[in-house]
Amino acid sequence: MTMAEGRIRRGRGRQIVTFVAFVVLLLIAWETAKLLGGDPWRYFGGVWRPPFRFSFASDLNLPHVWEIAAAMARPVQRGTDQSLAGFLVGASAYTWREAAIGFVAGATLGIALAAAFVHSRLLERAFVPYVIASQTVPIVALAPIVVFAFGQDVTSVVIIATYLTFFPVTIAMIRGLRSPDPRALELMRSYAASRWGILWKLRLPASLPYLFTALKISATASIVGAIIGEGPGGIPDGLGRAIINFNQQYISGPEKLWAAIIASALLGIAFFVVIRFAELLTLRGRPEASFA
Amino acid sequence: MTETVVRVAGVDKTFVRDGDARTVALSGIDLEVGRGQFVSLIGPSGCGKSTLLRLIGDLTQPTAGTVSVNGKPASRARRDRDYGMVFQAPVLFDWRTVEDNVRLPLELLGQPRAQREARAREMLSLVELHDFAGHHPYQLSGGMQQRVAIARALALEPSLLLMDEPFGALDEMTRERMNSEVLRIWEKTATTVVFVTHSIPEAVFLSSRVVVMSARPGRITNLIEIDLPRPRSDETREERRYFELVTQVREALRGDDETGHGSTERLAAEGTVG
Amino acid sequence: MTSAAPSVGIPLPAPARPPRAARLGRGLAASLPPMVTFIVVIIGWELAASRLQSRPYVMPPPSAILAALVENWSADRWPLLASAQHTFFEALGGLVIGTAVGLTVAFAVSRWASARDAVLPLAVAANAIPVIAVAPIMNNWFGVLEPLSKMMIAALLVFFPVMINVTRGLTQVEPGALELMRSYAASEGQTLRKVRVPNALPFFLTALKLGTTLSLIGAIVGEYFGGSSDVIGRVVVQSASALRFDVTWAAILLGSSAGIAFYLVIAAVERVLIPWHPSVRGEQVG
Repeated sequence: MTMAEGRIRRGRGRQIVTFVAFVVLLLIAWETAKLLGGDPWRYFGGVWRPPFRFSFASDLNLPHVWEIAAAMARPVQRGTDQSLAGFLVGASAYTWREAAIGFVAGATLGIALAAAFVHSRLLERAFVPYVIASQTVPIVALAPIVVFAFGQDVTSVVIIATYLTFFPVTIAMIRGLRSPDPRALELMRSYAASRWGILWKLRLPASLPYLFTALKISATASIVGAIIGEGPGGIPDGLGRAIINFNQQYISGPEKLWAAIIASALLGIAFFVVIRFAELLTLRGRPEASFA
Repeated sequence: MTETVVRVAGVDKTFVRDGDARTVALSGIDLEVGRGQFVSLIGPSGCGKSTLLRLIGDLTQPTAGTVSVNGKPASRARRDRDYGMVFQAPVLFDWRTVEDNVRLPLELLGQPRAQREARAREMLSLVELHDFAGHHPYQLSGGMQQRVAIARALALEPSLLLMDEPFGALDEMTRERMNSEVLRIWEKTATTVVFVTHSIPEAVFLSSRVVVMSARPGRITNLIEIDLPRPRSDETREERRYFELVTQVREALRGDDETGHGSTERLAAEGTVG
Repeated sequence: MTSAAPSVGIPLPAPARPPRAARLGRGLAASLPPMVTFIVVIIGWELAASRLQSRPYVMPPPSAILAALVENWSADRWPLLASAQHTFFEALGGLVIGTAVGLTVAFAVSRWASARDAVLPLAVAANAIPVIAVAPIMNNWFGVLEPLSKMMIAALLVFFPVMINVTRGLTQVEPGALELMRSYAASEGQTLRKVRVPNALPFFLTALKLGTTLSLIGAIVGEYFGGSSDVIGRVVVQSASALRFDVTWAAILLGSSAGIAFYLVIAAVERVLIPWHPSVRGEQVG
């Protein structure tokens, strides 16, 4: 037992090391590309002229890593004293709040729908095809309509995040709620357990691994939904707006867009990791099906 | 006796887990199996009978001692495709039809297509599944799937057939019929068989010799010659000599518990493992 | 079939095809509820939309959407057919690129156990990055007017599920199957061809089905951040800001129809390629 735990912990330690190693490799590849085919480097009074020219590696298309870092410390706009990094942290928190509300709403909706479908074959047949079809509707395309219908405020953004979140949860929970061994269901029936009792004591606990698999997908999806929704939603405070604004200012300061993208990536990974930890805590003692 | 197919000499097998926890699975094993013999390995759970079979099949390597098959090291014999193996689960490939499953080893050997097809059909007739050649494994019952696995194992005409509790998952009636089936096939093909089981009646009914093993550490305690006449049939199971031999094997298995290294706690523990 | 009944084992009845009438009946029973839902929703929508709304229709009645679809099929301002074709082309390109790269990485990574252990969790985490944030960069790199820039965004979305699923399919093989191959002294290449690749096929097709919708979403997201105007993404944005929601809905309808058609093609391929798989046989999986 303790040995197994030790091995898991060691495995996690190794994962973190690999992750850091990967980021370092990425940064090295990034700067190597610039070294070989970027714009001339002018530092410390000297000039290095790269032998090739890759259009993607120019200072406009791929700013130096340290330029992005420096931009983080500079004010986000002329005339303010808030740094870009500070601004992005605030924007990330704001977007995360929208995403989290949509995430909770979507997960609740997904679980409720799945519970209904599992108990009624007719409902399942009548609606599941549309639940699946709903995902082929490109959400970006829906965003302007949602905003027009619900007004230019956070509600619209939350609805878009919810829309993206509920689907994986519904599909996974239909499977999860059906996952108990038929013999376990018969056992519950032999105790004359009610449908509600079976749902609560057997189906839901059995479905937890499925739920978490879906929640990890939904965590990212909710952030995607929030970022997409902020544009048409006219929300000025989040990452989505920041990406649009910095994209428009790209020629004068490409570092800002890159910084916003990095912030989005970190936010996505952070939310994923939070759900992963919740999963580890909740499913402690159960055999782990597979990695991540 | 005839020429020796399997020779296991002074074999120990120790598993090392998590750095320092050691389990001695087998200790001081010597065993010889002659050509055309049907030898069963029987013993309680954890006596290492499957490990011994896997050692003979070169699926794992001994910590000490040697395993030779047909006078060659086991690894050489494996590469020469001297083996056919049947596992506890049929291990059929879902994506292949029954016939294609039987053909697999022939493909691996690179035999010409026409020859493969003829051979696969011949093997399916042998296990009486020729009518199911085009079916997929999921369309067959457990017993039928296991017969496909046997047909596949025999496709290369192996000089040695290794079977690891092949009928452990089947019900008693199906198992008895499968036993008769295996004997019929064995008599037809004259292969050497090493057969792992924890069923005493199965071991006695099938074998020329039963190897009784004990657990912790796994070792061989008795060799019992089964002198029931062949061919054996359902009537064999009702003969007096059969019951005597069953009793003899049972006592040998129990005797292991009384001889010294057994303790009552272990007895109790193993009783539940059964 | 029973004449040569085998002496051992109880043959399960081969999945006998039920009589035609029964099959038809079952098909009807399966497709009736969704059809009823569809009709009820459309009629309800039509009635509600034409009675309740006073503002310019956010939810125009289906009849109006259909009219807008016909009217703008090859119009100058919002050419729906041409837009759908362009967007579909971008999505298809993205699907091909993303799948090719995903497959390559999966095969490379699954070759070495240590590489797989390191890369797979990494890929799962990287998949948590909201790829849409990278869309503007792709537009900058590959040219905002070039379809290639949209393809690359779609490819990025498609890459992860393909790579993760195929790696799992190639490596999560029943241990017994590997032992069997070992007992036949099969080479690595033979094991790859005869066990790992067939085992990965269902995983790959699942990823591909996901990829069809993802590639369309990717293409449209890319369009959203700028580019030529006769594409679904631009038509949606421009018609919505012009309050022509009937056109917006028509464009969305076209986009999702493309997605569904795309998906159904892969599902049909699945039926041909892996008829033995539980998901195709209609049994519950896992």
